[in-house]
Amino acid sequence: MNIHEYQAKELFRKYDVLVPEGHVAHNASQALSIAEQIDGERWVVKAQIHAGGRGKGGGVKVTDQVEEVGQLADQLIGAPLVTPQTGPNGRTVHRVLIEQAQDIAHEYYLSLLIDRASQRITVIASDAGGMDIEQVAANTPDKIVREAIDPAIGLQDFQCRKIANGIGLRSKQIHALTGMLKRLYRCFRDSDAQLLEINPLARLDNGKLVALDAKMNFDDNALFRHPDITDLRDFDEEDPKEVDASGHDLSYIALDGDVGCIVNGAGLAMATMDAISYYGGMPANFLDVGGGASPEKIANAFRIVLEDPHVKSVMLNIFAGINRCDWIAEGIVQAIRDQHIATPVIVRLAGTNVEQGKAILADSGLNYIEANKLDDAARKAVAAAKGENA
Amino acid sequence: MSIIVDRDSRVIFQGFTGQHASFHAEEAMHMGTQVVGGVTPGKGGQEHLGLPVFDTVDAAVRDAGANVSVVFVPPPFSGDAILEAIDAGIETIVVITDGVPTQDMVRVKRYQIGHDCLIVGPNTAGVITPGQCKAGIMPAHIYQPGPIGVVSRSGTLNYEAVEQMNALGLGQTTSISIGGDPVNGCDFLTILKQFDADPETEAVLMIGEIGGQQEVEAARWAREHMDKPLAAFIAGATAPPGRRMGHAGAIIAGADDTAQAKMEALDGLGVSVVRNAADIGKTLKGLLN
Repeated sequence: MNIHEYQAKELFRKYDVLVPEGHVAHNASQALSIAEQIDGERWVVKAQIHAGGRGKGGGVKVTDQVEEVGQLADQLIGAPLVTPQTGPNGRTVHRVLIEQAQDIAHEYYLSLLIDRASQRITVIASDAGGMDIEQVAANTPDKIVREAIDPAIGLQDFQCRKIANGIGLRSKQIHALTGMLKRLYRCFRDSDAQLLEINPLARLDNGKLVALDAKMNFDDNALFRHPDITDLRDFDEEDPKEVDASGHDLSYIALDGDVGCIVNGAGLAMATMDAISYYGGMPANFLDVGGGASPEKIANAFRIVLEDPHVKSVMLNIFAGINRCDWIAEGIVQAIRDQHIATPVIVRLAGTNVEQGKAILADSGLNYIEANKLDDAARKAVAAAKGENA
Repeated sequence: MSIIVDRDSRVIFQGFTGQHASFHAEEAMHMGTQVVGGVTPGKGGQEHLGLPVFDTVDAAVRDAGANVSVVFVPPPFSGDAILEAIDAGIETIVVITDGVPTQDMVRVKRYQIGHDCLIVGPNTAGVITPGQCKAGIMPAHIYQPGPIGVVSRSGTLNYEAVEQMNALGLGQTTSISIGGDPVNGCDFLTILKQFDADPETEAVLMIGEIGGQQEVEAARWAREHMDKPLAAFIAGATAPPGRRMGHAGAIIAGADDTAQAKMEALDGLGVSVVRNAADIGKTLKGLLN
C-alpha cells in the first residue's frame, strides 16, 4: 500500500526525522493560511498524488510571494497531473502540501527496502540525489552505497558511518546521518514498510540534513497489525475496479487488450496472458480467482472482466487443485445465465472434479466454447476476439 | 530416488485441527504419505483423524519422530510457527500459508542460519514425490513417478506443466513450488543443487516469473556445475511494469526483472527456454531424447 508524501512526512516527524515545516491543504484558502503561518521567504506547493516524477510534470511550484500560494494551489487542485509515471491521462490532484522552501547545499539519495538478493532490509544511498536511482545504478554503479542490516542486531553505528563516508559526508554530518538512519530504520521496521525513499535528502546551507521528499510503501500482508497505517489508504489513487475486485477476494489488474482472462493462481494467470499474446491476441486483464473459488466468486469475476467495454472474448482457464471444477462450472453457468453474457466464453477446465464440471456445463444448454488445453483455449479466445471461428 | 520428501518422511501438520489442514492431511494419507500427527496449541493429548495432536512441535518430534512439517497457521502466527519448527529440529518445513508478512520472513531467514533445515514457501503448493509423499495442497492424482525434477514458483502453473508431461508419458522424481513471495524460504538454486545430486533425476524444469534474479542465479550455477539438461519457462511476458501480479514477489521493479530479460539471460546460459507455456512438455521430451 502506498501513502502520500505528506503522510510519510508526518510519520517521519513521529520518529524525529527532520522534514521541512509544512502542512497539507485541500483548497486554495487553506493553502494560503498554512503558508502565512510558515516562517521563511519562499514557499513550495507540491501536488499530492501517488505517482512519481511530479516535478517533471509541473506538480511542484515555488514562490516568494506568500499571496501567490493560494493561486498556485488552486491551479493544481482538481486538475489532472500528468507525469512520466501516471500514463497519458494523469491523476487528479485532490490536495497539495505547502512547505517552507529550503536553502540547499547538496542533494543525496537515500532509501531503505527489502532487498531480494540478501533477503534483508538494506540501505541504499548515493551522492547523486534528485535523480532516477535506476539510471544512477546503471551508469555510475560506484556512486551507489548498499548496506544490508542483520535483523538480529539491527542497524549499527559503524554501518551508518560507512554509508556517510560512501556518499561524502564529513565531520558533524556523519553523526547527523547516523542518528537519522537509525530512526528511519526503526520507522521502517515498526511499520512493516517495503520501501522508504528520500529523494532528495538535502544538506542545507546551515549543515542540517532534511528529507525534502518522502515516499513510503507498506507490506499489504502486514497491514492487519497496523490499523493506523491502514487508515492512510487513499481510494482516490486506486483503480475502482481493482478495489471492487479486492473486495471479492479477487486479484484484478486492467490491461489494454480485448481478451478477458479468468484464471486460478497468479503464475497460471500470467502464463495465460502470455499465451494469448503468443497466439496474436492481447489480454484485457490479469485476474486470479485464488483457491477455493465459490460459484459467486466466479460470477463476480465475469462481471468485473465484462465491465471493460473493450473485452471481445473471455478465456477461463482453471487448473483445480484446492479448487473444484464442479463449483467453477456452476459459477460459469450462473454468470452466463444471470448476466445474459453474449460475449464468447472459452472454458478450459482441468484438475479436481473435472468430469463433473464438464458435465454441468454440457447439461446447461448454454453457449460456450470448450477447450481442453492451454494452447487450444488461447487460440480459440484470440480467434473469438477477432470475430473469427477457431 | 527423489529429493526433500520420500516414503520414509514422517509428516506433521501445524494448525492440524483447522478445516484446510484436516482436508489436506487426509488427502496426503490417501496417497500413502506417512502422516504421524499434528500440532494445535491447547489441543495436545486429543486425537484428530485417528492421529495424536501435540501442543508443540517439539513434542511431535520427540514423541512421533516427525521430520517434515506442513504449516497451515494463519499469517499473524505463521512466523512464530516456522521458528518453532526450526527450533524443534524439523528438517523440511513447508509453509502453505499465503500472506506471511515479509519482515517476519526476514527474521525467520536470520534464525534459520546454523540450523540444518529447508523451508519451502510461504505461499506454496508444497512438495510431492509421486507415489511416496505429499507435503502440500496439490492434486496428487496428476503426478506420476518419472525422471523429471520440477521446481516452480507458482502452484497452478506447476500443475499445467505436469499435465503436459503426463500426456507425453513423462513423470516426476519430485515436484516443488517455492512460492510467490519476495523473501521465500528456499530459492531455485537450492533445489537445483538437490536435483543435480539425485541420481534418478535426468532433467530439470524450472518455472519462474517476473521479479528478482533467482532464476538467473540458479542457471549461472547450473552452467558451471550441472550436467543434466535444464529447461525453463518465465511467466509474465505481458505483465506491465510496477504492478504486483498476484504474487507479492511478481513485480517488475527494474529492467532485469522482466520476463524477456530473464529469458535472454537464461538463453545465454545454455538453458532450454520455453517461449510458449503450451510447449513445456514437448521441450522436456526433446531434452531426454
